Amino acid sequence: MKQTRLAPNHLAAGGKMVDFSGWEMPLHYGSQMDEHHAVRQSVGMFDVSHMSVVDVQGRDSAPYLQKLLANDVARLKAPGRALYSAMLNPTGGVKDDLIVYRLALGYRLVVNCGTRDKDLAWMRVCSSGFEVEILERSELALIAVQGPESLNLLDAILEPHQQSLLAGLAPFEGGFAGDWFLARTGYTGELGVEVMLPNAAAEGLWTALMAAGVRPIGLGARDTLRLEAGMNLYGQDMDESHSPLSSNLEWTLKHNGRDFIGEAAVLEMKASEASSALIGLVMLGRGVLRAHYPVYAQDILVGEITSGAFSPTLQAGIGFARVKPWEGPLSVEIRGKRQAVEPVSLPFVRRGQKVYEKVIAET
Amino acid sequence: MAEVREDLRYQSSHEWVRLEEDGTVTVGISDHAQDALGDVVFVELPEVGQSVNAGDDIAVVESVKAASDIYAPIAGQVIACNDRLESEPETVNESPFDDGWFFKLEVTGPNALASLLTAEAYADLCASEEAD
Repeated sequence: MKQTRLAPNHLAAGGKMVDFSGWEMPLHYGSQMDEHHAVRQSVGMFDVSHMSVVDVQGRDSAPYLQKLLANDVARLKAPGRALYSAMLNPTGGVKDDLIVYRLALGYRLVVNCGTRDKDLAWMRVCSSGFEVEILERSELALIAVQGPESLNLLDAILEPHQQSLLAGLAPFEGGFAGDWFLARTGYTGELGVEVMLPNAAAEGLWTALMAAGVRPIGLGARDTLRLEAGMNLYGQDMDESHSPLSSNLEWTLKHNGRDFIGEAAVLEMKASEASSALIGLVMLGRGVLRAHYPVYAQDILVGEITSGAFSPTLQAGIGFARVKPWEGPLSVEIRGKRQAVEPVSLPFVRRGQKVYEKVIAET
Repeated sequence: MAEVREDLRYQSSHEWVRLEEDGTVTVGISDHAQDALGDVVFVELPEVGQSVNAGDDIAVVESVKAASDIYAPIAGQVIACNDRLESEPETVNESPFDDGWFFKLEVTGPNALASLLTAEAYADLCASEEAD
């Protein structure tokens, strides 16, 4: 298995290591529940160095990414600005989801580790005819510091030139301080920063954050935090056989005549029958929702859970479900019994608070 | 290393079983089991009065990781359930052998406790699982 530079630090902190898409990563460091609450209530840090950082440079970087991505990088009006986008296949399925930052020269993409090989191959195939250079930055580590106290705690251990960069960053914006890239992004629905830095500097930052009282957070809590925050997980809530329309990603599609890969297929689907939708569900009784549980509207099977968990913040079973248009009350089958659920708007939780409202209209 | 209590019997599915002085038995899950499951978030208990056979799945424990069935170790009738687990499922993690018990059975058939694992045999089982 591949390891990040921080593997010894995870073991030293009591990390329970598991195989995550070929990487040996911490699932938790004792209690997933406590780690979740730490990020919602104060601060925690994640080693996400398994994710792949890819820089795109060259004269045609912008037109290339306008073709490759379903969201439009022309919306990034200044260096440092970031956006979330899907990368589609020609039939309109989701190849991956990613963050793209505009840099002074070119762009920086952060893609999932499980899709890294196929993403890079696809990006190279699609670069034909464009003057671009696609450069994977495997020498970089990625540490996410998230939670209401994240900015203050990180600020306290940074160098002055890094502090002034951080102070000037708006949400969803990043910038360089020397060879460190700091960005106000994350996967938790909380205030936070992601730091991309040379592997050789990763242990120093991690150790300084530990000493400042920042708790390390494993993949288990990362999953419940992103689920509460209404954020999709690639491979569970999105894949190549489902379009952005049925993956709650329509808001990321920017149709402006530039003809991005997959757009024609998506427009055709949109014009034909109503597609499935990815919605939020909350259990009305006690219990836990889990991926692949069947979802019913009255007695008709209308879909299944794609991601589910017990929400530590809401103290209820929550999940995403991909469902066909339905009528009447919804239920989920758990161990042979139907349990009532309520369809809700996403996200479930933001900045530590319940924010969802019941979806009144049936689709 | 997980605690294994000497005065209890165990099932290979990780329940512990205690023979009480009045002849009833109390059932819970072991320290090894709660540790492997991670934070427990939901427990589904049997009905008081329900008759059960040895090996029936009569309760469920759900953790952040997975849902697991709890099996009756012996034939009998459910005479009590630990209602505290409905509101405070984390008790299973905090006190698996004491406050985190699941249910009590009145034994109706022949007393088959002797067929369950001894503490020593169960400790060996846990050690082999932890070595995997």
